Amino acid sequence: MQIRVTVNGRVHESDVEPRTLLVYYLREHLRLTGAHVGCDTTTCGACTVLLNGKAVKSCTVLAVQANGQEIVTIEGLERDGELHPLQKAFWEEHALQCGYCTPGMIMTACELLARNPFPTEEEVRKGISGNVCRCTGYVNIVKAIQSAGRQLAGQTADPENRSEVVSSGN
Amino acid sequence: MAINQCELRPMGKPIHRKEDPRFIRGQGRYVDDIVLPNMLYMSIVRSPYAHAKIKSIHTEAAYQVPGVKLILTGEDLEKLNLAWIPTMAGDVQMVLATKKVLYQYQEVAAVIAETRGAAADAAQLVEVEYEALPVVVDPFRALQPDAPVLRDDREKQSNHIWHWEAGDREKTEEIFQAAPVVVSQNVRFQRVHPSPLEPCGCIADYNKATGKLTWYVTSQAPHAHRTVLAMVSGLPEHKIHVISPDVGGGFGNKVPVYPGYVCAIVASLQLGQPVKWIETRTENIASTGFARDYHMTAEIAADESGKVLALRVKTVADHGAFDAAADPTKFPAGLFSIVTGSYDFQQAFVEVDGVYTNKAPGGVAYRCSFRVTEAAYLIERTMDVLARRLNMDPAELRLRNFIKKEQFPYQSPTGWTYDSGDYEKTFKLALEKIGYHELRKEQAEKRARGELMGIGISTFTEVVGAGPSHSFDIMGIKMFDSAEIRVHPTGKVIARLGVRHQGQGHETTFAQIIGEELGLSADDVLVEEGDTDTAPYGLGTYASRSTPTAGGAAALCARRIREKAKKIAAHLLEVGEADVSWNGEAFEVKGLPSRKVTMSEVALAAYTNLPEGMEPGLEATYYYDPPNLTFPHGAYIAVVDIDKGTGAVKVRRFLAVDDCGNVINPMIVEGQVHGGLTEGFAIAFMQDIPYDEDGNCLAPNWMDYLVPTSLDSPHWETDRTVTPSPHHPIGAKGVGESPNVGSPAAFVNAVVDALAPYGVEHIDMPIFPWKVWEILRQNGVTE
Ligand code: FES
Ligand code: FES
Repeated sequence: MQIRVTVNGRVHESDVEPRTLLVYYLREHLRLTGAHVGCDTTTCGACTVLLNGKAVKSCTVLAVQANGQEIVTIEGLERDGELHPLQKAFWEEHALQCGYCTPGMIMTACELLARNPFPTEEEVRKGISGNVCRCTGYVNIVKAIQSAGRQLAGQTADPENRSEVVSSGN
Repeated sequence: MAINQCELRPMGKPIHRKEDPRFIRGQGRYVDDIVLPNMLYMSIVRSPYAHAKIKSIHTEAAYQVPGVKLILTGEDLEKLNLAWIPTMAGDVQMVLATKKVLYQYQEVAAVIAETRGAAADAAQLVEVEYEALPVVVDPFRALQPDAPVLRDDREKQSNHIWHWEAGDREKTEEIFQAAPVVVSQNVRFQRVHPSPLEPCGCIADYNKATGKLTWYVTSQAPHAHRTVLAMVSGLPEHKIHVISPDVGGGFGNKVPVYPGYVCAIVASLQLGQPVKWIETRTENIASTGFARDYHMTAEIAADESGKVLALRVKTVADHGAFDAAADPTKFPAGLFSIVTGSYDFQQAFVEVDGVYTNKAPGGVAYRCSFRVTEAAYLIERTMDVLARRLNMDPAELRLRNFIKKEQFPYQSPTGWTYDSGDYEKTFKLALEKIGYHELRKEQAEKRARGELMGIGISTFTEVVGAGPSHSFDIMGIKMFDSAEIRVHPTGKVIARLGVRHQGQGHETTFAQIIGEELGLSADDVLVEEGDTDTAPYGLGTYASRSTPTAGGAAALCARRIREKAKKIAAHLLEVGEADVSWNGEAFEVKGLPSRKVTMSEVALAAYTNLPEGMEPGLEATYYYDPPNLTFPHGAYIAVVDIDKGTGAVKVRRFLAVDDCGNVINPMIVEGQVHGGLTEGFAIAFMQDIPYDEDGNCLAPNWMDYLVPTSLDSPHWETDRTVTPSPHHPIGAKGVGESPNVGSPAAFVNAVVDALAPYGVEHIDMPIFPWKVWEILRQNGVTE
């Protein structure tokens, strides 16, 4: 089947078998191997990408379902050689070890912070609960996401206003 | 970017990891990311039965699927003498089943096709006719004389694999006879699985023209894997190139050689094309190295004051259908003999029997040194049983029994020499930091109000650094480890090591060790691992052995370079070698510290301006055979609250105080502790691989085999004491598995403590809410 998708700002036209999962389309057709496969049951989130701004597990979406849609993967986060604040924060806070969950975790966090730039620990934990990490124990991942949120919102933003932001996001 | 890598003297600093930039960009290179020209895909046909005769296998229909290139069965492998291969534990294991299958999900055939989809489609069409045989899942049943004998390929007609013991049976017996207090407890350490996020897999790429096999594999021990392959395949070792690229977690699961690997290699040898095999999650859980499955009984003899005297342990170890355990061949239950823990027992006697059942084979050291996790859990659990019997505070009981600081090096009753430790100091720090006495008061108040709160202690002695060649080997190969360091003319360094990390941060920590020893920044040292064509021979990364063995090798290798550098420095400074000293950052003339040369200057001279007759270059190789293991220790305390309505346990606080000797990078150590605690938490509360009586694996995926998410996992508090190892070149001990070894007992002790008012002395893991709820219901606490 013929599909046309925008991935990290570039349009791709491809011919895929109807059963091709989005994760394999990205990894094997487009050679974007940042999204990983970790389970067969939509449990681990290692394959998470943004589909029209929403974090989805790309092992549970068919490539043909992405036809005409916009996708952002971990490879699309860096801008002009500048790492995304989440990428920097994961590095600074030691929020990764083997790195296998990291791309999916960061993509989920992207959507979370877009909704809620100043999440509490509990909100972060809830927000990333669909992404399994077997190495880090989550404490540093939570720290990294909170720190990236502060950076993304800019130093001037007032965390006291966070309740408003949350309600508008939910 | 806040990267503080450029400083000199990098040891002990929380340097951000050098490996991270590729991972945060999605540029890690894991096996499944690699695509080779003309690559084929393999899918494995697995048995639905736990025990059955194979009457026939028909592959005709499968061969009709477009793109199918080859289908391998056990018969095909038999012709190559590869239907059975040796395991690390000295047993043999079927690669593809011949005649009968011995566990559910056992490998029966392998299908190789042009695409993943075609391979999977064709695998569905392989027709296998089975005739069911009686299934044995209970290891105690397997030991009964009338049990069906599962392994008819063995000479010994029983399911008993081996008997192993340590310590002195008679002297232990004598103490038990006379002891005023004896407690006994049955404890099961359930079957669990390491489940790294990346499953296992490989690409075998045999080049018919050169006769060379390149094998990309998720391997924790690439050199050992190469040797095993050379031994089983007949390919010469120098024509096998093993590459372990980035590995997405291992935890022991990526130590063994699995049947899928062998099939991919055979297929590539036959077809002359690269063959990729990547497991599914179900294949990973249901067929590759599980861990634990120890049925243990411990007895402690003590006096009335709580002084422990002797320990007696009897264990049945369920190894599944093939004994593919990862253990040094000299002691089949590995370091289970460390079961006396942190306590000064006069005598101990430990025995373990290995048993075959119709379950997946294995017994890997999951974030653990060869059964030390089982040992630590057992002793910590039984110490609490003793405290309860004596009506004594479990903290007080431990303080009375610790091996004292002055007793090190300490000779354990089962024959090991603990190198160093200060258990009392570490424990007291933990008690103080968590506010133990206040917590006990709070608990008393809560109890009075009918609320359920528990405090659990675990003070463990870990034993890591499998290496001393007098006791440790894998299939006879001594477990030293190695480093090779080259200093380039500009003072930049490439270091290659025989270990292979899977997230432990070696590229940073080994650069720190080498930078420290050479007076360079960690930035100037590039660490490479995992390629057998370039790295020196080593036994790999598991059992927390990298820092104790390869860390020692890296330091000593760098010191060897420094020796030569000193000679060159003397030449540059125009003084005798005896007049030169090393100040940590440069060589200086003794008494004239302003006259000095740096390592970079020496490096250039090593290629441009040498003393008469000296061999050019500045490099060294070091194979380090450590004199002893290292013995990190720790004191962990868990505080839990139990919901009376549901039986759910909430871990309110968890403090881990670890002592792993000198620390190379405190940030990485803390990260390792967090990760290990989360795995320990999962074992205590969530994980088990149960089988029904027909041998069906009941948790072959992450819906049933639970992995903790950010919502399940507690917030971790950590602290540290430092007791350097006296025999390790940099005084380090290794930490990666300590939290996984030490924490399950703290969790279970806390839950049992909370339920003690109802007479509960023990609950087997995993502590699911329904188990607690059932206890509460029986005691009329809840409906
Ligand atoms: S691979 Fe997609 S959720 Fe696990
Ligand atoms: S860093 Fe290894 S799974 Fe998260």
